[in-house]
Amino acid sequence: MRISAATGRILGRLGGAARFAAVVAFTFLGLLAITFFIGRVVPIDPVLSVVGDRATNEVYEAARKAMGLDRPLVVQFFAYVWDVLTGDLGQSISTGRPVVQDLIRVFPATLEMATIGILIGVLLGVPMGVTAATRQGSFSDQIIRVLGLLGYSVPAFWLGLVGLAVFYAGLGWVAGPGRIDFFYDGMVDPVTGLYLVDSLIAGETEIFWNAVSHLLLPSFILGFFSLAYIARMTRSFMLDQLSQEYVTTARVKGVPEWKVVWRHAFYPIRIQLITVIGLSYASLLEGSVMIETVFSWPGIGNYLTTALLNADMNAVLGATLVIGAVFIFINKMSDVLYRILDPRAR
Amino acid sequence: MTRPLLEIENLTVTFPTAQGPIEVVRNVSFTLGRERLGIVGESGSGKSMTGRSILKLIRPPGRVTADRMVFDGIDLAAQSDRQMRHLRGARISMIMQDPKFSLNPVMTVGAQIGEALQTHRPMARSELQARVLAMLEAVRIDGPERVAGLYPHQISGGMGQRVMIAMMLIPEPDLLIADEPTSALDVSVQAQVLDIIEELVSGKGMGLILISHDLNLVARYCDRILVMNSGEVVEECVASELANATHPYTRGLLAAMPRMNEDREELPVLDRSSWATGAGT
Repeated sequence: MRISAATGRILGRLGGAARFAAVVAFTFLGLLAITFFIGRVVPIDPVLSVVGDRATNEVYEAARKAMGLDRPLVVQFFAYVWDVLTGDLGQSISTGRPVVQDLIRVFPATLEMATIGILIGVLLGVPMGVTAATRQGSFSDQIIRVLGLLGYSVPAFWLGLVGLAVFYAGLGWVAGPGRIDFFYDGMVDPVTGLYLVDSLIAGETEIFWNAVSHLLLPSFILGFFSLAYIARMTRSFMLDQLSQEYVTTARVKGVPEWKVVWRHAFYPIRIQLITVIGLSYASLLEGSVMIETVFSWPGIGNYLTTALLNADMNAVLGATLVIGAVFIFINKMSDVLYRILDPRAR
Repeated sequence: MTRPLLEIENLTVTFPTAQGPIEVVRNVSFTLGRERLGIVGESGSGKSMTGRSILKLIRPPGRVTADRMVFDGIDLAAQSDRQMRHLRGARISMIMQDPKFSLNPVMTVGAQIGEALQTHRPMARSELQARVLAMLEAVRIDGPERVAGLYPHQISGGMGQRVMIAMMLIPEPDLLIADEPTSALDVSVQAQVLDIIEELVSGKGMGLILISHDLNLVARYCDRILVMNSGEVVEECVASELANATHPYTRGLLAAMPRMNEDREELPVLDRSSWATGAGT
């Protein structure tokens, strides 16, 4: 009996994992369908952008055939899915290289900045939100609320420019735009594409600190925006929790106030916070075009914008696909965390 | 019993509102030995607020004042937050109304009960576990090992309330306040839960304050009864003498109770003009 119950549980787990994989696969297929049809619907002629607008009809038709655009749409779609699955996103017109290679270069730049940004947002934003909620109406609550409001209303590019003017040009505390000083460029092998990691792998501490100094300002600015959002949400979740009966129960038991706040009120909201943090992280990974432009950051936001302006559809679709995949990934990850943290969702 | 367990004199609880301060409890006085005191009254009569102010759980902007508020020789009004924390749970405890809301949804039942004891008496995990299981058995829960690992959403309301009792009694307090402990429960399990409270309370010689809107129930489980209305005590009597209550409000409440062997078309409506409380007008 015991053994069969255990096997049953394992089978249940496997079934759950299989269902999970199927859901992810289907979502991804949906994403491919959307990017594919966007590529067909937008009034950009991919043939024209390859052959130029002075090509003769014969050249145009030949190119169209070569690109496979004369086949039925469904066939084209499956060919597209196949290409994506085999890692072929086509050639970028503006860089002249395979889009996959471009993405491998630009995505880590955004990933690095966004990850530091979200860490700042979570590590500062959550405690700030909790503090604000436990001391509602106090001076610190007011300050945190004003910060939250600023994060909501100040334009990113303005903050970026002011930050550069003050901390780079004025005080010289941080390095200027770009991911790294140009004379360090290409000195370490791109293993992960994350400069912080690559420089450590290569044992180049000097380059590491240079990369840190470049990363500091833009990721702090990104971090500020997610901090403002996370702190605001944490505050309102906590206010809701602190008025719950079981928080009073904990006080009746004589539990110290810090434990009442963190164990009894904060534990339950971790679940809601995961959604907030996940969304916030995803939106950072999408690439903040403003910040990337101001800081000349060769990230995915910059890449996508340039590709759009050049009608470089392969690059646009490739970047969109990456952003979509990131969203799917983060959503599924928060689902999994949800299930781990919330006994009611198991 | 030389000195009473709890002495309350002129307890007043005030909340500021846009229309000026409102006294939700007004000049309530009573003393309690190691006995069972019932506080009855309708919703908003201030009975829960009385219970919570003994534990100093009224948070600002609410304000509690009293001429005297002494528990076992300790002046409650003079206690700091820290000192109150050592009293709460350990000496004075409170059973809350609805286990659906008053148990932490993301902590196991065992962890919540254990925390109540661990807070006041740090002990080894294995000993704590044994104490929790023994306590669950004391509140007549079958399979305590299994139940200790469950979450509140996995147990019934009656069981939840027994868990609540276990949690509040495990540090062996001297005074238990039970704030409507059965109003959220099915009628069928109400008596069961109250029997457990009664058995444990009298077994340990504790004081009990049972707050309820149910006159019958309070008369059955308590030695003495306070009747509250609009924040004031309108009647104080021995439970067996309840039928001879004199105050019109108490008489009105008694008259409004349906009885088994009679057939009334309509129960009488409480006539509030027959007594003057000066409140709520």
